[in-house]
Amino acid sequence: MRHTISVLVDNKPGVLARVAGLFSGRGFNIECLSVNETLDPTVSQMTLVTRGDDQLIEQIIKQLNKLIDVIKVVDLENGDYVGREMALIKVSVENTKRSEVLSIVDIFRGKVVDISPSFYTIEVTGDEAKIRAIVELFKPIGIKEIARTGKVALTRESKERKA
Amino acid sequence: MAGDTVKLTGAQIFLECLQREQVKVIFGYPGGSVLDVYNHLYDASIKHILVRHEQAAVHAADGYARVTGEVGVCLVTSGPGATNTVTGIATAHMDSIPVVVFSGQVPTMLIGNDAFQEADIVGITRPCTKHNYLVRDVKELAAVIKEAFYIARSGRPGPVLVDLPKDVLRASDTFHYPEHITMRSYRPTYKGNKRQIVRAMEEMVAARKPVIYAGGGVILSNASKELTTFARKLNIPVTTTLMGLGAFPGSDPLCLGMLGMHGTYRANMAVTHCDLLIAIGARFDDRVTGDLNKFAPSAKVIHMDIDPTSISKNIKVDIPIVGDVREIIKECLTIISEQKIQKDHRKEWLNEIKHWREKHTLAYKKSTNIKPQYVIEKIYELTKGDCIVATEVGQNQMWTAQYFTFDKPRRLLTSGGLGTMGYGFPAAIGAQVAFPDKTVIDIAGDGSIQMNIQELATAVQYQLPVKIVILNNHCLGMVRQWQELFYDKRYSHSRFETHPDFVKLAEAYGAVGLRATKPEEVEKVIKRGLATHKTVIMEFVVESEEGVYPMVPAGASIDKMILL
Ligand SMILES: Cc1ncc(C[n+]2csc(CCOP(=O)(O)OP(=O)(O)O)c2C)c(N)n1
Repeated sequence: MRHTISVLVDNKPGVLARVAGLFSGRGFNIECLSVNETLDPTVSQMTLVTRGDDQLIEQIIKQLNKLIDVIKVVDLENGDYVGREMALIKVSVENTKRSEVLSIVDIFRGKVVDISPSFYTIEVTGDEAKIRAIVELFKPIGIKEIARTGKVALTRESKERKA
Repeated sequence: MAGDTVKLTGAQIFLECLQREQVKVIFGYPGGSVLDVYNHLYDASIKHILVRHEQAAVHAADGYARVTGEVGVCLVTSGPGATNTVTGIATAHMDSIPVVVFSGQVPTMLIGNDAFQEADIVGITRPCTKHNYLVRDVKELAAVIKEAFYIARSGRPGPVLVDLPKDVLRASDTFHYPEHITMRSYRPTYKGNKRQIVRAMEEMVAARKPVIYAGGGVILSNASKELTTFARKLNIPVTTTLMGLGAFPGSDPLCLGMLGMHGTYRANMAVTHCDLLIAIGARFDDRVTGDLNKFAPSAKVIHMDIDPTSISKNIKVDIPIVGDVREIIKECLTIISEQKIQKDHRKEWLNEIKHWREKHTLAYKKSTNIKPQYVIEKIYELTKGDCIVATEVGQNQMWTAQYFTFDKPRRLLTSGGLGTMGYGFPAAIGAQVAFPDKTVIDIAGDGSIQMNIQELATAVQYQLPVKIVILNNHCLGMVRQWQELFYDKRYSHSRFETHPDFVKLAEAYGAVGLRATKPEEVEKVIKRGLATHKTVIMEFVVESEEGVYPMVPAGASIDKMILL
């Protein structure tokens, strides 16, 4: 099963290498990874997506925790969370009606962020399913290039107000 | 001591920190980037042992750490000095030995420039250290060193490398050694979960066929006394791993000996048939478990370990207890004292084990040639076990584990995890430095000893009376044995066509050389060797074709043993 794991780490040189090295050295796979600073500049947040059975995921989480620079590891799959990624998609508009592209962009609440005579660059954010869907729709139209961020994620707060 | 206004150089700060950490000895080798430190070592009170190869410096520090329980310390130069330490670091890492390695580095300005004698040692050692550091500013130096020692010795111990650029060692700063450290990202768990402990105790008291499987973690946490009391109180038989030898007295009637690939018949049978397996400070290594599906197949598993990653890594654990095993066993003991222990229900189980013991015990066939096992038995007999034993890797290591009885912890130095040939002799040097008056013996093969033979010069220079026992079978014995059993006796490149004359070699270094070629000479040579107060090589020309038995073929179920 796929798991999205959030890892808080000390913002120090070499930390990414330690995490990446852990995955390659132990034969765990990373499907995607994003790293960013948090509100506290001494702390970075990594969001990584990996795949494995329960035992493997447990081992991955323990191994991450064992790294000296890792402050906290949360398996987001254990609760409810919001996960988003962003894609920039360069779509050919030469032989097609621009309106067709624009209507897809509209439906997916994307944005056209760059225009040239032959290409539109479209920005779209959403969960993986949404990104996959829009990519599929643009494919027959003609995608020149695509750039995607890794997933970023936050746990959902409880809907009820705390007493 | 340095007042607040007095500035020290990085090199001085470094030595000041070692003093605060109560480091008594450094194993090292100088070179360009650490000359500032060596300049201050010239008249420092701290002892420095000049090895002859940096790999040996780490093994020696590792041996020192294993016998004393303190952190071993090394100092080497950048580039080749640093890369030479890698095997030593990996060895310590696999066996969880607290060692801090300080490596010189080119000046920070030049890092990344392929400067002379530059190596990215932090990158190279990242996967084989518990943690490592590149110090970029003299202001961080003291705090990093404090952290390095703390990390090396706390939690599950391990090696830490600190890379010291030359300009950092030459820059100045006021010296301040932090009293305490708290790291938000590193807080080992020492106390076991009380509820889990109570659950485990219920199982341990009730079980009809329990076995304790004790590993090196028991020795690392200094829990041997507690384990011994505990096992005796509950009347539970104990098998140990190679790393756990000495964690429980080998001569105790409850001791089953070592388990696994070259374990005893009774240990492997007991584990296969037990209803409760109590793993303490052990990690279910493949050399122990063989076929995982057939390892303790009908047992509930309790696992006590300080490292959560060891738990449920290879085998599903029913009751995990994370914490320092000494703390956990102590907690168990307080619970026991409140309970009446009924031991009778174990009678049948202990009888069954006795039956296995009678069916097969360790044995070898006598011959007109010297049998390596006989040499080890004799060493045990003549020392009464009162010595520190290091081993190399291969048959020599397994025969030592089988035929030498370890009653006390921290008496066996062996590379269990990495299996590093060339480990034993430098480790023995480290042990002898720690305990100059103890008998320290390295049991070696003729192959392994040549991997760090240059350290004879170190032993002679510092008048360390290490005793090297070479079981000379003229081949890479363990390789030969595998080729015999699993490769149709095609002895590809495992025979040595030539050897140095080990007796003359010892003499050339200024050590003593002795040799036995017939069984009747063995005792005499050992007696003479033990009585020699100098570094000595005792060479025993042993039967070439001898094998280590019992043996479980790699990956087979551990009750399927090739017996002799
Ligand atoms: C550095 C290193 N290289 C290779 C090996 C593989 N290996 C394991 S045992 C062995 C043979 C050791 O021969 P020797 O030291 O003569 O000991 P014996 O088995 O004969 O007692 C070898 C080559 C190893 N463990 N370590």
